[in-house]
Amino acid sequence: MNEKEKVIRVKNMYKKFGDFTANNDLSFEVSKGEIFGFLGANGAGKTTAIKILCGLSFPTSGEIKVAGFDVYTERESVKRNIGYMSQKFSLYEDLTVFENIRFYGGIYGLSKAEINSKADELLDKLDLQHARNKMISALPLGWKQKLAFSVAIFHNPEIVFLDEPTGGVDPVTRRQFWDLIYDASRAGITVFVTTHYMDEAEYCDRVSIMVDGKIEALDTPEKLKKQFNVDDMDQVFLSLARHATNIE
Amino acid sequence: MQVLKYLLQKEFLQIFRNKSMLPIIFVMPILQLCILSFAATYDMKNTNLYVVDKDLSSHSRELISKFNGSPFFTVKEIGFSEEEAEDELFKDNIDAILVFNNDFGKSVDLRTQASVQVLVNAINASSAGLYNAYINSVILDYNSGIKPNFVGVAQGVPYNIVQTTYSHQFNPEMKYIPYMLPGLLVLLVTVVALFLSAMNVVREKEIGTIEQINVTPIRKSQFLMAKLIPFLIIGFFELGLGLLIAAFGFQIPILGSIWLIYLVAFVYLIAILGFGLLISTQTDTQQQAMFIAWFFMVIFLLMSGLFTPIESMPEWGQKLNTLNPIAYFIKIIRMILLKGSGFFDILREIVILSVFALVSITFAVRMHRKVS
Repeated sequence: MNEKEKVIRVKNMYKKFGDFTANNDLSFEVSKGEIFGFLGANGAGKTTAIKILCGLSFPTSGEIKVAGFDVYTERESVKRNIGYMSQKFSLYEDLTVFENIRFYGGIYGLSKAEINSKADELLDKLDLQHARNKMISALPLGWKQKLAFSVAIFHNPEIVFLDEPTGGVDPVTRRQFWDLIYDASRAGITVFVTTHYMDEAEYCDRVSIMVDGKIEALDTPEKLKKQFNVDDMDQVFLSLARHATNIE
Repeated sequence: MQVLKYLLQKEFLQIFRNKSMLPIIFVMPILQLCILSFAATYDMKNTNLYVVDKDLSSHSRELISKFNGSPFFTVKEIGFSEEEAEDELFKDNIDAILVFNNDFGKSVDLRTQASVQVLVNAINASSAGLYNAYINSVILDYNSGIKPNFVGVAQGVPYNIVQTTYSHQFNPEMKYIPYMLPGLLVLLVTVVALFLSAMNVVREKEIGTIEQINVTPIRKSQFLMAKLIPFLIIGFFELGLGLLIAAFGFQIPILGSIWLIYLVAFVYLIAILGFGLLISTQTDTQQQAMFIAWFFMVIFLLMSGLFTPIESMPEWGQKLNTLNPIAYFIKIIRMILLKGSGFFDILREIVILSVFALVSITFAVRMHRKVS
């Protein structure tokens, strides 16, 4: 991995809210095309970290570069090169499928012809051509998530940040969603994903596990399982989380 | 430019797709103008009188018949007891009491001071003032009728040498609607602009799409422009609709230039929309935004001179009004419509409104945070 280009570099990142330290000295790097899992219990500081990387929130300190740009000084360039999909829906419920695609394509500066041809491609791929002129509000949750992901990478960003993208859907739909993630990764898009489904952690190239604002473990799922001498990621996570309560 | 185009396209789609929005934009203004113009009238009709006539002379009856003959008064009952009359006043069955004491007729005959006591229901102070004025004018009319009889001057020759004559400039018949309707136009445009803009950005916060917008390279100014322009256009539309209703429905004279009204409306709407967006950036839910907008709306409106003249407010109230955009626009639109004032007549007000617009837009842009 080392020889590959690093698209995210984070060194000694801190984020404090008053006395509370949400991100405590985070350091990691993510390579181009990698699927990087960002795990942690609720309140461990995952969303805080992802918001800093996306330029939605200021870090308290640390060196952070995303897609080669500094998050303090080159915020707009960072934004041009990333996609983002959050657990809250990012699509407009009162616009149709195509209108949403057109809107997000348009604000990233794609031409009308590009938007039309890419939209067709996307709808064919998701098998959503029949729903092209349907309101988002009329779609089932699984479709919305797939569409939201596809819209987040519509402008072909270097990195896509996914903040718990598959909450509330069945395992089959989640599996289909991960097929989309693999496709994006194969196309060279780096995927930075937070989740608390441990089966999803197995799909990642590397995972980091956050406990109380700190990264406690960071490696491939295989190596982590070996390190903790357990059979699956669930147990890796539990032994770390238990460790956290011991400290408290 | 392209970004703005896509943003605007999205805003318009959303506005016109919102089922509760269309009636607000198209139906509310018409209803508001019609209902308020006809109902919120200061013209007086149908004041119910209770007359306590202890005199029962020809003079008291003559005065009573004058009241009966007036279109503004209905003599509901004639009795002898003040208690009974007050009871009726208390029950709200009548609006005023007229009391003739038993020496009324005699005093008229003897040309000494004859007095009539008037009791008015003053719960609504402004209508009480009106009753009083109308009753006085009927009595005055009666006075001028009896004086020649007793002074011995020939009938028809005016007894009063000095007389005041009035001419009401710009609204010669003292009609209520030409005075009220321009103000209602302002109210209309303000309600639509302030509420729609105040609710808009906060709505995107509520549904979460603002976050998605904030990770895109859209600039703050582009985002806010896209929020502003549609409501500016809707405001213009409302104003045009209102002016058409005013001109053709109510025959309000439009003496000044429509273009000048639109120029002022442009500046005014920027000020109001900026303020609405500012509310939107400082609140987290549509409910909060609604209440804050309503709070300012009520204060601005009641202070604005639409219902009560600014000149009769206490000094601190008048000073407060120098910060009230609604007051300026109402003043301007009345001047342009009813007096035909031109650009230089209202220059001072335009300059002040421009300052408001500049300040509110600057604050809205400053306070809108893309990054927390």
